[in-house]
Amino acid sequence: MQSIARNSWISLASIGTVSVSLIIVGVFTLVFLNANQFTQGLESGLEIRAILKNEQSRTDLNRINYSIESISGVSFVEFISKNQALEEMKESLENRKEILEGLQSENPLPDAFKVKAETPEQIVPIAKEIEAIEGVEQVIYGQSFVEKLVAATRWIRYAGAGLLGILCLAAVFLISTTIKMSVFARRKEIEIMVLLGATKWFVRFPYLLEGMILGFLGSLLSGLVVGAGYLSLVNHLDQALPFVSLITDKLVVLKVLGGIVGVGLLIGAIGSTMSIRKFLKT
Amino acid sequence: MINFYNVTKLYPNGVKALNDVSLSICKGEFVFLVGPSGAGKSTLIKIIFREELPTRGQVLFGGKNVARLRPREVPYLRRKIGMVFQDFRLLSQKTVAENVAFAMEVISASGKDIKKRVPEVLEQVGLKDKLNVLPKELSGGEQQRVCIARALVNSPAVLIADEPTGNLDPDTAWGLMELLEEINKAGTTVIMSTHAREIVDVMKKRVVAISQGKISRDEECGVYCDEL
Repeated sequence: MQSIARNSWISLASIGTVSVSLIIVGVFTLVFLNANQFTQGLESGLEIRAILKNEQSRTDLNRINYSIESISGVSFVEFISKNQALEEMKESLENRKEILEGLQSENPLPDAFKVKAETPEQIVPIAKEIEAIEGVEQVIYGQSFVEKLVAATRWIRYAGAGLLGILCLAAVFLISTTIKMSVFARRKEIEIMVLLGATKWFVRFPYLLEGMILGFLGSLLSGLVVGAGYLSLVNHLDQALPFVSLITDKLVVLKVLGGIVGVGLLIGAIGSTMSIRKFLKT
Repeated sequence: MINFYNVTKLYPNGVKALNDVSLSICKGEFVFLVGPSGAGKSTLIKIIFREELPTRGQVLFGGKNVARLRPREVPYLRRKIGMVFQDFRLLSQKTVAENVAFAMEVISASGKDIKKRVPEVLEQVGLKDKLNVLPKELSGGEQQRVCIARALVNSPAVLIADEPTGNLDPDTAWGLMELLEEINKAGTTVIMSTHAREIVDVMKKRVVAISQGKISRDEECGVYCDEL
């Protein structure tokens, strides 16, 4: 504590840098979580349609239904008869009924199964397996869209993790530099302590504490900024753009803030351990 | 209690500081290490204290192999040894009493013990009136006494002094020698490296002479050097 006060400017600077990096980390985490929720919404809307050959018997339908259900990764199967399909189409084209007028006498739509997958990555393999089932004419799914979505979310995840890593490393480096200064200012004292028989832990402990206090203060600051900023953003968006649904679960936001503080403590601990290691070699 | 068996120390720069040294120091002895600068006296002390590791050979302290100690055991070896440095190594921003107390704080002694023991040991070295004085306000001899008090405060088995009189005038040096002799009489083993010929000749203690990394002479009641 004394040394935090003594090196007040450097300490303030490192608290500042920790909080700035953690603000970015926090903002990014929340953006990431929201994007994740958004893409999950899209993903769960994705479905496969297995179009059947005409005039299948009931037993055939049961057999196909059973085969699809037994494919791993299938979360939902529903039979859509040709009549149901026509009704659906009528509903969606309510405003332009004239298109359907010619279809009243004879329904050209086929029977089909609507299939959903547990995760978007499974859509392509599931579609391939359904294609192989006897009695299935054709399988339709948003091929290129699914593939792009899967690739994009994966890319966002990797890039996000990389960016978070770099920011945390920068914060560790800054804390370790700060503590190195206070270690350096007291290097004579440390040398004497070691010669007098102090254990490494005894020497290290105050600096560990100092680093963790710096990390804690920085993360607390950034937690407050991120938390308050996010909540006010949620309020404003709720009024301005009610159709954009952000994560409003308090528990999730609290977890993110708790994570920020935890990371801050960890950054402080790692930073101080790095800075004093060199002085403890015997 | 301290045994060297065929110890050789080769520094990375190629200097052979000790060459096949065997030496045995018993509990309660008073030993002078003499010899020219660079003969290996300081290296010998550093090896006992495990500031340096021997390149070859064995060093035992109280039956324990010093070179084989794990890093976390090293502090406990050092607590059995009181070191007095030629350059004092006192903390300038702490008072005399705080400097001595520091040695006890470092080994996690209780506040009660520290309060009791620090004035005791400062009285023993003749500094009971200087408890709250900063080191820079003291004379060289007094600073060296603070250093001895700090080395003694944890009641070590051995007191090692590396040229303690090197920076002192003769009168002050003699006062210091009396103090070291008292400490030795109270049962502490004392090892002192020195250049001070006169002191060695008068004290009539065991003398271990080192030259060019080898023990050239080891006598009870010895003198500094016959040849000179």
